[in-house]
Amino acid sequence: MSGPRTLGSKIVANALAVVVLVVMLFPVYWMVATAFKPGRDVLTYTPKWFPTHPTLANFRDAMGRAYFWSDVKNSLIIVGVVVVLSLALAFLAALALAKFRFYGRKAFIVLIIGVQMVPLNALVIPLYILLSRVHQVDKLSGVIVMYLTFVLPFTVWTLRGFMLGVPRELEEAAMVDGTTRFGAFVRILLPLVAPGLVATSIFAFIQAWNEFLIAYVFLHEPSKQTLTVWLANFTTLRGTEWGPLMAGATLTALPVLFFFLLVQRRVAFGLTAGAVRG
Amino acid sequence: MRLRPGSEELAPVSARFPAATTATVAGTALHSRRRRRSWHRRALPVAAPYALLLPTAGVIAAVLGYPLYLLVKLSFQKYGLFELVRHKGHYIGTANYARILHDSQFWTVLGRTVLFTAVNVALTLVLGTAIALLLVRLGRFMRVVLTTGLVLVWATPVVVAVDLWRWMVDYEFGVANWTLTKLHFGNFLHHDWFANPWTGFGVITALIVWGAIPFVTITVYAGLSQVPQELIEAAQIDGATSLGVFREITLPLLKPIFVILASLSIIWDFQVFNQIWIMLDERPTSDYFLMSIYSFVESFRISEYGLGSAIAVVMVLFMLGITFVYVRQMVRIGEVQ
Repeated sequence: MSGPRTLGSKIVANALAVVVLVVMLFPVYWMVATAFKPGRDVLTYTPKWFPTHPTLANFRDAMGRAYFWSDVKNSLIIVGVVVVLSLALAFLAALALAKFRFYGRKAFIVLIIGVQMVPLNALVIPLYILLSRVHQVDKLSGVIVMYLTFVLPFTVWTLRGFMLGVPRELEEAAMVDGTTRFGAFVRILLPLVAPGLVATSIFAFIQAWNEFLIAYVFLHEPSKQTLTVWLANFTTLRGTEWGPLMAGATLTALPVLFFFLLVQRRVAFGLTAGAVRG
Repeated sequence: MRLRPGSEELAPVSARFPAATTATVAGTALHSRRRRRSWHRRALPVAAPYALLLPTAGVIAAVLGYPLYLLVKLSFQKYGLFELVRHKGHYIGTANYARILHDSQFWTVLGRTVLFTAVNVALTLVLGTAIALLLVRLGRFMRVVLTTGLVLVWATPVVVAVDLWRWMVDYEFGVANWTLTKLHFGNFLHHDWFANPWTGFGVITALIVWGAIPFVTITVYAGLSQVPQELIEAAQIDGATSLGVFREITLPLLKPIFVILASLSIIWDFQVFNQIWIMLDERPTSDYFLMSIYSFVESFRISEYGLGSAIAVVMVLFMLGITFVYVRQMVRIGEVQ
């Protein structure tokens, strides 16, 4: 993409890329490799680089542990509700911010950006005091509402960006051709923003699925926790059970990895590239 | 209803890089504004945007606005276990603030947090941009492979990432100690990285930068692929080196992206909690206190909720101070975009 290149610089670039790839991917590989190793191959002073005796024992151990399935269920409920609600609310807000000009718009944008700066750790204290007053600690609903608040600003912001990317010419062209404004919205804006909706919902999904602090502070009962908190069970005072922990970690990461890889390429590049050029 | 004189009307490239085409933007926007204003006024009621914003604003006000107010209120109260049971704090004025401001630990933690943030943000941005520049120079196949790898890292949940890094630097069976020993960096067998806070924070920094690079790289790469090829070629014909092209063309064009990335990184790194908390088995020593850990321990371990709130308020103010400039710039970008 940048001018004439020699064979030498190509080789250097590719070699560098391989190094970067190995360094970045090794931790992930090591987690998966460890998860498939039997216990005696995990705890060795000389690392076994490949799982030469692959086994599912660690996964059976992790999935057989107390509260695994109830915590999977909790995670799914929380994330599902958060994604749907945040997407619905954010879509409306983003529509207002991207397609209207009104008094207070700038202030609201400042609010959206500012809110992302408020550290969650600071808010945990008053939220805990509040919820313990009304005996809402250990309830999924409380966690859902709190997640909604930290997911929303980001979702509004990204969705707004996607909507700004849709050229008004397209909507207007449709209206010139005799479509109503609503028709233009459904037929032009919505399909063009659809990749943005997918991307945004994935961001929301990931943020909610990965969240630790709020779940850790507000969900005490083991059957009410989420997977990220459940992972702490592998570390006891006697040490950490690395094999099962890596299996549990792999299982926790799996939905996110899968989902993310599936849609990332479709949404990351070229939204309306070329639609209006020239 | 006025039409926003935004860049939706413009070609995508100039929309993303306002600085490059300010003159043309001004010209085009003026024309199109006049033409479209009447169209808009007819079609939309004035109250529509407010109605659309209401649900989001409501949630934010209830779950963020009120707790923020309560946080400030708590910081002026004595609020311990006794008050928690009674559901009622006890007003003590600025005593909490006086206590932390005269506590040398507070200043140590604040300084440590600032240093930690600076190092992490700088490393993330520099390495992330370097890899993005590398991506541009790769063939299609290698680019897809590397991007996929980065996305895999990006998608790894933070809690999972902390656990797997904890495993890699385990003092007994960790792969890091064995490798470093074999590479003759010294004898790292049974080396405990967390015995010394400097190396401990080194591990934590590596973990955070590792996890943050993909987002930066992919965002910068997306920006790079929008840089008009003609500009680069023109500069090269004029004899610019690739460093010159990067400094004179790429960097100014990508400035809005960098502003966003830098501000987000500062926000994230200043309030790092999970990485330290989980890495150190939920019992970090005071050597590992950053602002968020410090405030959390004061509140939930020592049950001094008022004191913890005061620390949290200082943290919030400090972050607002740092990022004020960024917000202003982002609003400016938001206006143009």
